[in-house]
Amino acid sequence: MQDLGISLLFKGSNMARLFGGLWVTVQISLIAVLLSIPLGILFGLFMTLKHPAARLVSRVYLDFIRIMPQLVLLFLVYFGVTRTFGVNLSAWTSAILVFTLWGTAEMGDLVRGALISIPRHQYDSAEALGLTRLQTYTYIIIPQTLRRLLPLAINLTTRMIKTTSLVVLIGIVEVLKVGQQIIDANRFDYPTAALWIYGVVFFLYFFACWPISLVSKRLEKRWR
Amino acid sequence: MKRKNIFALALTGLTLTAALAGCGSAASTGGTDSSADNAPKGTFRTLEEIQNSGKITIGVFSDKAPFGYVDENGDYQGYDVYFANRIGKDLGVDVDYVSVDPASRVEFLTTGKVDVILANFTVTEERAEKVDFALPYMKVALGVVSPENAVITDVSQLEGKTLIVAKGTTAETYFEANYPAVTLQKYDQYADAYNALLDGRGDAFSTDNTEVLAWAIANPGFQVGIESLGDLDTIAPAVTKGNTTVLNWLNEEIEALGKEEFFHADYAATLAPVYGDAADPDSLVVEGGVIE
Repeated sequence: MQDLGISLLFKGSNMARLFGGLWVTVQISLIAVLLSIPLGILFGLFMTLKHPAARLVSRVYLDFIRIMPQLVLLFLVYFGVTRTFGVNLSAWTSAILVFTLWGTAEMGDLVRGALISIPRHQYDSAEALGLTRLQTYTYIIIPQTLRRLLPLAINLTTRMIKTTSLVVLIGIVEVLKVGQQIIDANRFDYPTAALWIYGVVFFLYFFACWPISLVSKRLEKRWR
Repeated sequence: MKRKNIFALALTGLTLTAALAGCGSAASTGGTDSSADNAPKGTFRTLEEIQNSGKITIGVFSDKAPFGYVDENGDYQGYDVYFANRIGKDLGVDVDYVSVDPASRVEFLTTGKVDVILANFTVTEERAEKVDFALPYMKVALGVVSPENAVITDVSQLEGKTLIVAKGTTAETYFEANYPAVTLQKYDQYADAYNALLDGRGDAFSTDNTEVLAWAIANPGFQVGIESLGDLDTIAPAVTKGNTTVLNWLNEEIEALGKEEFFHADYAATLAPVYGDAADPDSLVVEGGVIE
């Protein structure tokens, strides 16, 4: 019988390293999410404009980001920008930039969807009551939009957290890579380590995403 | 109306160009993209700049024991790292390690993201068009490892079967060019490729023989059926194309280290514990950049 892979976790500073890796993951995704939300709301508003130029710009931006795999976007920004323009972006900057660009595009589309899902008569009734445009948005439209937006935004956030595992390909060592490093460094002595370490990584991701779901559940209840 | 159309057209054109340029640079890791080579704006640092900054950035593997890996205390270790540490010491600078994956090694250099790549980098003609290799410090051929109960001892047995390879490695190019009948299953990372073999997702795994020999010793039930395949390749440090100051320094360093049998000491410290008697140091180690 081989040594149990679980004992690897307590060897050296392995546990601390995994948490360090998780911190990298959380940092990148949190910064990107925090930037994406306000930018996405603005972009979403911009997308509802009827002007053809505005529609074209938002359409091209959204489709470009949506069609490109995130990995290609990362390579484009990290290597491509340096190659084409000679501007040297650090891996961190590139990662945050790409995830913010992606988050903004997707968030914008969610905001647009939530906004246009508000029925026409809500605007009309507000006008009939004599509310100004600003009042209509503050009291009628935005509160309803937020409620529709919340579950979608939470989905996007957890998806962003999980997708950050791609940053390893531009040299950032995050939680999944730390896991793989531990598995590899010990593959001669602990061949079964993979199952245990990936199991731990699973729980780390779970505990990073779970609180977000909890908060969203509470908000949804309170806003009902 | 007409003005709007022109505007729309210009914008679409611009986006398309940007997208195409982007695709080109992202995909050029493997191909021979001449337009990308003609205008390399990758800014490399000269030897003097590295010394003045007090820090050298070296790209190494972080999941390829015993060549480049991270130990349980979070420190980089291995045959490549042992040499990298010596480089830092002799240059009088700190070493900043960057974890690289096989497929992105060339790109890290062409864009000047790292000063040197010391990640088990096999010298090939195709790569030499994009990066500058220093003198070799190791030599390898390909090996194929497979389960003992269905061991592959000849390449012809692989036809119609699934062979696992890591993306961007010599094994991938070799089998694509010489054995198109072999189905390749490709993985970005070594850790995943090994797990695929363990799970039976492929019939065999091919990469450098040093690597499969070490792995088979540690994993009972697996055997290296083909120990030496393809040409004898050398492994060398690489720098950004045109970075002659660092290249020359590295060459002098490797020659000087040959006199003290540095790489035999490196082998004894990092590889001997893994290979034991399975391999002869002289079949792997290259001293002073000279291959007999």
